[in-house]
Amino acid sequence: MTDAAVTLTGISKRYGAVVANDSVDLVLRRGSVHAVMGENGAGKSTLMSILFGLTEPDAGTIEVGGVERRFRGPADAIAAGLGMVHQHFRLFDSMSVAENVVYGAEPTRGALLDRRAAAERVRELSDRYGLGLDPDANVGRLSAGVRQRVEIVKALHREAEILILDEPSAVLTPDEVTSLFSVIRRAADAGTTVVLVTHKIQEVLAISDEVTVLRAGRVSGRFATAEVTGPQLIEAMTGRDVVPVSNAGARELGGIALSVDRATVVEQGITRLDDVSLTVRTGEIVGVAGVSGNGQHELVEAVLGAVALTSGTVEIAGTDVSSLDVRRRRLAGLAVIPEDRRGEGTAVTMTTAENITAGHHRSAPISGSGLAKGWLKRRAQREEATRLMADYDVRAESDQSLVGALSGGNAQKVVVARELSHGAPVLIAEQPTQGVDVGAIESIHTRLLEYRDAGRAVLLVSHEITELQALADRVVVLFAGRLVAEFSRAEATTARIGAAMTGGVTSGSGDAPEGRTA
Amino acid sequence: MQVFELSFVAAVLLAATPVLYAALAGALSAQVGVFNIALEGQMLWGAFAAVAGSYITGSAWAGLLIAILTTALFSVILAVGSAAWKADPIIIAIGTNLLALGLTGFLMRVLFDVSGSFAPRGLQGLDKMSFLRDVPVIGDIFAGQTPLVPLAFVFVAAAGIWLKATSNGLRLRGVGEHPEASATLGVNVVAYKTWVTIVGGALCGMAGAQLSLGNVTVFTENMTAGRGWIAVAAVMLVAGRPLWLPVACLGFGAAEAFGFRLQGLGAPQQLTDAAPYAITLLVLVATRIPWTGSRAARRRTAEPANAVLEDK
Repeated sequence: MTDAAVTLTGISKRYGAVVANDSVDLVLRRGSVHAVMGENGAGKSTLMSILFGLTEPDAGTIEVGGVERRFRGPADAIAAGLGMVHQHFRLFDSMSVAENVVYGAEPTRGALLDRRAAAERVRELSDRYGLGLDPDANVGRLSAGVRQRVEIVKALHREAEILILDEPSAVLTPDEVTSLFSVIRRAADAGTTVVLVTHKIQEVLAISDEVTVLRAGRVSGRFATAEVTGPQLIEAMTGRDVVPVSNAGARELGGIALSVDRATVVEQGITRLDDVSLTVRTGEIVGVAGVSGNGQHELVEAVLGAVALTSGTVEIAGTDVSSLDVRRRRLAGLAVIPEDRRGEGTAVTMTTAENITAGHHRSAPISGSGLAKGWLKRRAQREEATRLMADYDVRAESDQSLVGALSGGNAQKVVVARELSHGAPVLIAEQPTQGVDVGAIESIHTRLLEYRDAGRAVLLVSHEITELQALADRVVVLFAGRLVAEFSRAEATTARIGAAMTGGVTSGSGDAPEGRTA
Repeated sequence: MQVFELSFVAAVLLAATPVLYAALAGALSAQVGVFNIALEGQMLWGAFAAVAGSYITGSAWAGLLIAILTTALFSVILAVGSAAWKADPIIIAIGTNLLALGLTGFLMRVLFDVSGSFAPRGLQGLDKMSFLRDVPVIGDIFAGQTPLVPLAFVFVAAAGIWLKATSNGLRLRGVGEHPEASATLGVNVVAYKTWVTIVGGALCGMAGAQLSLGNVTVFTENMTAGRGWIAVAAVMLVAGRPLWLPVACLGFGAAEAFGFRLQGLGAPQQLTDAAPYAITLLVLVATRIPWTGSRAARRRTAEPANAVLEDK
C-alpha cells in the first residue's frame, strides 16, 4: 500500500452508550476520489471529525503518508496536509475572499498583512483549478456555489493534499454540482486525494473512484465504484432493499384547498415574494422548487401567517385567512412541517410526548373538560404520544426522551406525526426530509403520498429535485421571489427545473445568481 | 469670541476622553465577540486606583500605572470567566459593576477613613501639557489637558489600523465574527478573547485615571456616573468599529460641555446633567431603527449559503 495517502486503522469512538465508530478501517488512495457513504447517524461525521483532528478517537491509528499521526486539533491535521470543507461553510461574511482564504496562514510583510500577496495567491489557485474567484469580492454577497469554492481554495492555500468535502452538494443547484464535480476531478488529477462524504447515491456513482459505506458505526461495504450498482450501495447503507417511493399519480382532483393569490411580501424594502399566485387542489401534491433563499420560505411563512402579506390573499379550504393569525389559520385547516426542525419544528428541551402532542393539547382527551378545561391530562397525553410514536415508527427510549436527544430522522418523524395527525385539509411540508436518513425519507415520503390519497392537499417545498420528481403532481419554480415556471409531472425533468431555478438561464456558467435580493 | 470657541473645544475633549478610552475597550471586546458592559465598573475601579496610587506613592504617573495594572487585573474576572469558562459575560459584567461600586466605597472608608469623596491635601493630578501654552490655537485647546487626551485618539487610530492591516487584527476580527471558523483554522479563540478583554481592562484603567486625576483631582463615590454606559452605547452605535468611536464620543462630550454652558446661563443643573444621557438615548433609538433593518437584511442575504439545509 505505498500509494495510500491516508490509512485509518481500527478507529473507535463512543459517546456514552452510543458507539459512533467501531473499529473502522479506511484507506484513501493518493489522487483518488473516495466516497464515504452512510445514513445519518452511521458515523460518517464522527469519522471525518477524527480524521480532521476535531475529535480524538478512543482507539485506532491515523497514518498520513505512511507516518503515524496523532491530531490534537485541526491545526495538527492542517499541518499534516488535510483540508476540510464543512457542510455549513465556515466563512467570515464581512471579509473579502482573499482575507477568508489566508486567515490563519497569512502572508505578511513585516508586521503587516500582505494584501497583494494574498490576492495573488487566490488568483493563482483560482486559475489553476478553474474556479473564477475574485479575491476582492465580499464573501457575504456570494452565492452558495461560489462560497464553497472559497472554502476549497482555503484548503488548497494551506497546501492540502487530502481534501474532505462534507455533503458538498447540499446547497448547490444542479449546474453548480456539475461544476463542483469538474473541480473535484481536476484536483484529483493534480494528485489531491478527495474524500466525498455524502448520502446521495447518484453522486457517488458519478464522481467517485472508490466507496466505503458505513452502517451503525461499522464499515458495511467497500467497493470500486466501477463495479458497484445503486441498489448494492443502498443495501450496504440500510441493510435491506429500500424501494424508492414513487408517485403513482393522483387519483382524482377535488376542489381548491389552498389558494394563494398575487401574494407579495416586502421586508425592509426588499421584495421577498413577488406577485405569486398558485392553487393546490385536494388530492394533489404541488412541489415548489428553487435554490434556497429565492422566496420559498417566505411563501410558507405567508401562508402560515408568520409574516404579513404586503398585498395579495391566502385562502385555506375556502376561507380567506389573509388577516388571521397562525392559530386561526391552523384552525381553518392548515398543518405545517417547518424547515427548521430544531428551531421551529420541535422544542428540543421538551419530551417526545410533549412535542408529538403539541397542538392537540387544547382539546380532549389531552385537555380536561368542564371545570378542568386547560389542565393537561398527563396520562392521556402519554397514551396519545405512545400511540403516535408506534404509528409513525418514532424510535426513542421512551415517550419521555427529550426530542433534542433523538436522531434527525426520529425528531422529524415526531414533527410529521404531530402535523399529519391533525388531518388538516392543507399540509405544507417544507424540506421534510432534510438531514434525515434513507429509511426515514422512505417513510416520510410514503406518509405524504398517503396523506394526499386521503383527499387532502399538500404543498411540498424542497431543494431536492429528485424528491419533487418522486412526489409532486405538479412542480412550480421560484426564482428571486417570483414564480417563474410550472411543470406537469411529465414535464418536470431535472434539466428543465434546474434551468428555471437559475432564472431560466441554461448556459453553463454554473453560478447561482448573486443578487437574490432583487 | 475665538477664545470662547476654543475653550468649548477643550471642554468637549475633556469630557469625551474617558468615555473614548472605555469605548475603545468595549469596541475591541466587541470585535472578539465579548459584549463588554463591565466598562462602568472597570472605569470606576481605575479612577479609585489612580487616586489611591497617586496618594500613596506621591506621584500621579505612578497612580496612572497602578490604575492600568490593577484594572487589567480586575478585568481578568470577566476575561477568564467569559472566554475560558464560558460564563455569560453580561452576568459577570453586572457582578463586576456592583463589585466595583461597593469595593471602592468600602476601601475608601477602610484605607482613608472618609466617605463620599477623597481629595487629601497634596494629591497629585496628572501633569498638563502646559509647555504648549504659547502655541496658537493648539495651546488654547491642549495646554490645560493631560497627555492622555491626545493619546486616546492616537490609540483609537492605531487600533483601527491594526485591526485592518495586520494579520493579528484579521484573526481578532475573525474570532468575533465566527469563532468556530477561526478555531478550525488553528486560531486560539480563547486566548484572543482573554487577552483582548484584559487589554480592555487596562484601557478602562486609563479612562478612570483621566477622570479622577486629569479632569479633576479627586475621587468621589460612583464618580463615573454612567460614563461607562455611555461608552457601551457608543460601541453599539458604531457597531464595534473603533475608527468611528471619536465621532460618537465627541458627540457625548459636546452634550456634556454644552450642558455646562447652559448651566452658566441659568438652566437648572438637573436638566443639564441629564442632557448627555438623554441625547445618547435619543441617538441610540434613532439609529437603532434602520440599523436593525440592515442587520436583518444582512442575515437574510447570508442565509442561503449558510445552509438552511441543516441538521445541527
